[in-house]
Amino acid sequence: MIEFIKQPWPWYIAGPLIGLTVPALLILGNKNFGISSSLRHICAACIPAKIPFFQYDWKKEIWNLFFVGGITAGGFLAMAFLENPEPMVVTAELKSELSSYGITDYNNLVPTQIMNWESLFSLRGLLMMIGGGFMIGFGTRYAGGCTSGHSIMGLSTLQWPSLIATCCFMAGGILMANFILPLILSL
Amino acid sequence: MSNTEESKDFEVRSLDAMCVNESHLQHKWYHNLKYMAVGIAFGIVFVKAEIISWFRIQEMFRFQSFHMYGVIGSAVVVGIISVWAIKKFKIKTIYGEKIEFHPRTFNKGQIIGGLLFGLGWAITGACPGPLYAQIGSGATVISVTLISAIAGTWVYGLLRDKLPH
Repeated sequence: MIEFIKQPWPWYIAGPLIGLTVPALLILGNKNFGISSSLRHICAACIPAKIPFFQYDWKKEIWNLFFVGGITAGGFLAMAFLENPEPMVVTAELKSELSSYGITDYNNLVPTQIMNWESLFSLRGLLMMIGGGFMIGFGTRYAGGCTSGHSIMGLSTLQWPSLIATCCFMAGGILMANFILPLILSL
Repeated sequence: MSNTEESKDFEVRSLDAMCVNESHLQHKWYHNLKYMAVGIAFGIVFVKAEIISWFRIQEMFRFQSFHMYGVIGSAVVVGIISVWAIKKFKIKTIYGEKIEFHPRTFNKGQIIGGLLFGLGWAITGACPGPLYAQIGSGATVISVTLISAIAGTWVYGLLRDKLPH
């Protein structure tokens, strides 16, 4: 049984479980599924700096910080007890492209050859980890949500602005992965 | 807090429905542990279905694998059915409160911010949820990415009035 669970889970198990987060949070306490707002609450709690956008009672939203704390703990527990011992199975097309940038290690979910503490201060690492993170934080708040808030919660409640946001997430991602990221990976 | 401050707070929050907290109840802090439990389950699914993998995100944006489309698509279908059922059968919260939904209004941020987030998603191979799960799974350097994302949110808050919405 445990060996079975340790294998990577297929989309038709994972997707519905993620979808169930929507009613779970609503029924547990009228909470809207959304993760990027946790970044805003952290700003409001730690560095509000008299910016109006961070002047609200963040303690009322503290459930969201418990939720993301749980996600962090879940990541730890899954690795500690349910880790897949095999390297990741990745499509041959991607493997051959990545090997041209020297990425050949598939033992971790994160590409540790390019994302590690040593590479943080290289131009490539700086762009990917710090630049990428900044775009996530700025972009999600500007858009009013991320994959969870717009693409799952927003689409579940049939909000057309969320459909527009989701299309833009995909457009930005396709542009980056196919046209810009190859240049960054070549650095 | 005075009334004017409150209404300003709501105005700021209304553009951003993700921050509207529907519950009007006051609870002790430990009531939040149930959200942590949901988060733990969610984090385990994230790792086990390899949703937090940079490689899976690259496959998705290069149209090389169906996996991520299957995950997001089936999550949305289950979400739509759940929300429909909550409305249809007037399901209440475990505290007996009515479940409320707020319509989202369109603004240019969903386009500009959406594109920016998409760029960041493909470069880091993570959206905000996976960032947390990646750190938990032992990729400690991703905490720098998370801090940078917090900085990005802060800069957005700073520049908000000057940006087109």
